[in-house]
Amino acid sequence: MAEIVKVGMADMNTVYSPAILTTLGLGSCVGICLYDKKSRISGMAHIMLPDSKQIKNNSNPAKFADTGIEKLLNDMIEMGAQKSNIVSKIAGGAQMFNFGDTSDIMRIGNRNVNATKETLKLMGIPLIAEDTGGTYGRTIELYSETGKLLIKTIGFGIKQI
Amino acid sequence: MSFKLDDLNVMQIDVLKEIGNIGAGNAVTALSQMVSKKIDMKVPKVNIVEFKDVADLVGGAEVLVSGIYFQLFGDITGSIMFIIDKTSSKLLTNLLMGKNDFNPELDEMERSALKELGNILAGSYLSSLSSLTGLKINVSVPCLAIDMAGAIMSVPVALFGQVGDHVLLIETEFIEGSNLVKGNFFLIPDGGSFEILLSSLGVV
Repeated sequence: MAEIVKVGMADMNTVYSPAILTTLGLGSCVGICLYDKKSRISGMAHIMLPDSKQIKNNSNPAKFADTGIEKLLNDMIEMGAQKSNIVSKIAGGAQMFNFGDTSDIMRIGNRNVNATKETLKLMGIPLIAEDTGGTYGRTIELYSETGKLLIKTIGFGIKQI
Repeated sequence: MSFKLDDLNVMQIDVLKEIGNIGAGNAVTALSQMVSKKIDMKVPKVNIVEFKDVADLVGGAEVLVSGIYFQLFGDITGSIMFIIDKTSSKLLTNLLMGKNDFNPELDEMERSALKELGNILAGSYLSSLSSLTGLKINVSVPCLAIDMAGAIMSVPVALFGQVGDHVLLIETEFIEGSNLVKGNFFLIPDGGSFEILLSSLGVV
């Protein structure tokens, strides 16, 4: 059984194959998985908010989509990953509560997903699969040996992307 | 923001606990009258935790819970989150509706009853908080989600992420003895709001 490494809210981690990265109960947050196809070095970040620039206190880069991806990529490169081999998969960004209004904070899931995609594009990391949106929580597991991402929900099934 | 969570002194934390005590005391009384049962509450806790540890407060990120969520606005802003585990949710709706239903799923009527229950609890919590502090506090309509605890708690906590790396939650746990109904009631004032709360009580 491969080692399982947990990633908490506003947290990130990187592993060598064949370890498994997991984050539990993603709601409006987004789980960002980066994977080096050759070296199989993998990283996962659990970001809460879209943009570090709009916010005063940003000492924790794993909290935001923009700084989170940047730090995760750098950590992986330090471990020996090649940027040109890295692809990404993302999951989460649900709207857990529907107040019927569209205030910014209630659309946080959607904003997190958009910011994540923008940052990935900006950094030239291909997004090869996603499972985002909806109204339900997700637990995800990234298998660094294969790059497969397993997504578990309560009442909305299990899938693999 | 001039005020940081780390700067809170023991007396200020005690005052926040007392806010939880009075608010939840009223809420629990309301609940107890509604279901005609004796309901106990524990001494409130003021938790200042890192984001990654928030889900542990309610038993882990993957535990299936009902979350009834309210937004606060007016003199202070923030959220109220009322978490009840899945079994307790069903027990509560049974008590409320005088049923003896063992189907673990909640139907539309039962969901609505849970929201109404949350409404009454939040209303009595806030009206006592409001008369204690003289602050005007409005509350949104309730919103219910039944899902993983981590996913539910991430919503009010994300608001906090904009101003810091820790979140402050005033937590009260209550228990209905004979049926083992367990719930957690969280008051989560936003960044600047706990300063307003504390200064309204003269401890800043």
